[in-house]
Amino acid sequence: MPEPPAPEPLIPGSPGPPGPKALVPAAPVPAVPVAEANGAAVLEVAGLRKEFGPLVAVDDVSFAIPEAGSLAIVGESGSGKTTIARMIVGLERPTKGTITACGRDRSRPARSARDRRRRGREVQIVFQDPYTSLDPRNSAEATIDEVLRLHHGWPADRRRTRIAELVDLVGLDARQARALPRALSGGQRQRVAIARALAAEPRVLILDESVAALDVSIQAQVLNLLADIRDETRVSYVLISHDLAVVRQLTDQAIVLHRGTVVERGPTARVLDDPQDPYTQRLRASVPRPGWKPRRRALTGAREEPEAP
Amino acid sequence: MSDPQVTAAVTPAQAAPGAPLLDVDGLTVRLPIDGVHRPVLRDVSFSLRPGEAFGLVGESGSGKSMTARAIDRLLPAGAQVTGSIRFDGGDISSLTGAGLRQYRGQVAMIFQDPRAHTNPVRRIGDFMTEALRTNMGVPAAEARARAVDMLGQVGIEDGTRRLRQYPHQLSGGMLQRVMIAAALLTQPRLLLADEPTTALDVTTQAEVMAILDDLRREFGLTMLFITHDLELAAAICDRTAVMYAGQIVEIRRSSLLHDDPLHPYTAALAAARPDIGQTAHRLRAIPGRPLSAFEAPQDECAFAPRCPHAQDVCLAAVPELVETGGGVSRCARTQELRGMLQVAADA
Repeated sequence: MPEPPAPEPLIPGSPGPPGPKALVPAAPVPAVPVAEANGAAVLEVAGLRKEFGPLVAVDDVSFAIPEAGSLAIVGESGSGKTTIARMIVGLERPTKGTITACGRDRSRPARSARDRRRRGREVQIVFQDPYTSLDPRNSAEATIDEVLRLHHGWPADRRRTRIAELVDLVGLDARQARALPRALSGGQRQRVAIARALAAEPRVLILDESVAALDVSIQAQVLNLLADIRDETRVSYVLISHDLAVVRQLTDQAIVLHRGTVVERGPTARVLDDPQDPYTQRLRASVPRPGWKPRRRALTGAREEPEAP
Repeated sequence: MSDPQVTAAVTPAQAAPGAPLLDVDGLTVRLPIDGVHRPVLRDVSFSLRPGEAFGLVGESGSGKSMTARAIDRLLPAGAQVTGSIRFDGGDISSLTGAGLRQYRGQVAMIFQDPRAHTNPVRRIGDFMTEALRTNMGVPAAEARARAVDMLGQVGIEDGTRRLRQYPHQLSGGMLQRVMIAAALLTQPRLLLADEPTTALDVTTQAEVMAILDDLRREFGLTMLFITHDLELAAAICDRTAVMYAGQIVEIRRSSLLHDDPLHPYTAALAAARPDIGQTAHRLRAIPGRPLSAFEAPQDECAFAPRCPHAQDVCLAAVPELVETGGGVSRCARTQELRGMLQVAADA
């Protein structure tokens, strides 16, 4: 596929690199189905499948997300949700199916460093554990600076301005921005990870259980922050989560994954309020709430617990 | 704990009917942090009635796990302890040797990560029967039979086969059920459950909680249930204590905790959590971050710096735990704020 001129993500307040601005990729965009929402999809996944030896981790998963849209991938351990995230960012290669971001295919490995960097400007990821996903030797400023140099190649003063903006956007103060990760709390580290991901000015941000490890009071701060960032930058979110309340708060569409297969999809509110699939119903019923009494279920086997019919 | 001279067992059951099984009174623990002894628990007091399920809820650093470790006499070396912990009427601070072993036989503990608390190269059967064989002198064959029976109680039917397996061959939920069965084998009277379902999927959590709840009632066990999840504690426990910065700030009947909180922190914690039933325009985040006991202000209300209701009176002294509304609250403005906290959360 010939490389089209790189589209510029529109991030208000960002200096934006020089060059022609384009809202939409200039190259012919492969037929993008209008998914559940209006507008062209910035990320589309079709017929995605991943096999690890005899194990099918992900089987025929499809979805599309429009600009500023948000999709939750809901599932428990082993459902394949993280494998999907890893395929989208290029850490795993799909066995079958296509992944298209900003109109360009990314189901195959990048052919050049340039290609890889461009993909980095399309999709970024924030991992679950803020304690292992930051370089312990780099401050937040240095971490963000590295991304700005790599992706945008700006001069030092421009990078400094942008670092200050990003640090401010995620709610860190100047002292925290200069501190090494070990001096920061979990919530602060996760803000650094979010700022680092945003530094590449991606169109899509994958949040892989990104608030799961945070204390309740901090989780609320980070969820509010993520909502603000979406309003300001029109970035799209793929939220990978087992936490249905967090899913409700941050996303408008949801797919429910069970053993690698999508068992239910639709607007998040509908999926949670009126689940149709038995698995979604069980998931919903397992969430503690006032008056909730846990119930024993027929027991299943060991590591690969077979599903009761 | 201090003065390990007495080797006597727990003072035998002089406790009157209705007396608490466990009574923690004014417990303060200091640990050496950067060379200085700093408080990690401050004046913690509560008691568990026999057969009661009691929740201990808090964020990181609140001291909930440290409280459990103090009860099980598992505090780190160098800990300075004041206050008392009485089990069945007897003070546990002076127990050593056989007395301590006997006490620990009556107090079982379940941890968050079952994989970190099993030996990966030992079989499930060795792990489960060890306490019975070594501490209680039960013959190996009988210990195995009891283990198989107990596995059946936690819903694992093919126990004989499971005893021959290694931890890596079991899923997380299955292994946590094994931990529960192992904990119950010595017929303890008190179960300390420290975030036993936090590492599990929600559907697995529901099952493990159901098993724990069933068996607790069946065996008449008293349970101290530690969690960060206010809703889970409220659903499982008869009463729940909320901890902040090494102190208990509220103890309440669990059913009232959510709808009629006494302490602003309890209300703020409930309001900060997203609601599965509706999308909030903005979540009511608590500003700042949770403080450890030693970081928090020592001579005023520890929550005051983050509290929307803080006034001068909150900064004058550390509030006492005051009985009110069928519970206790450590807030100088408890009476004034009564009934307003839930309104504030809904606004």
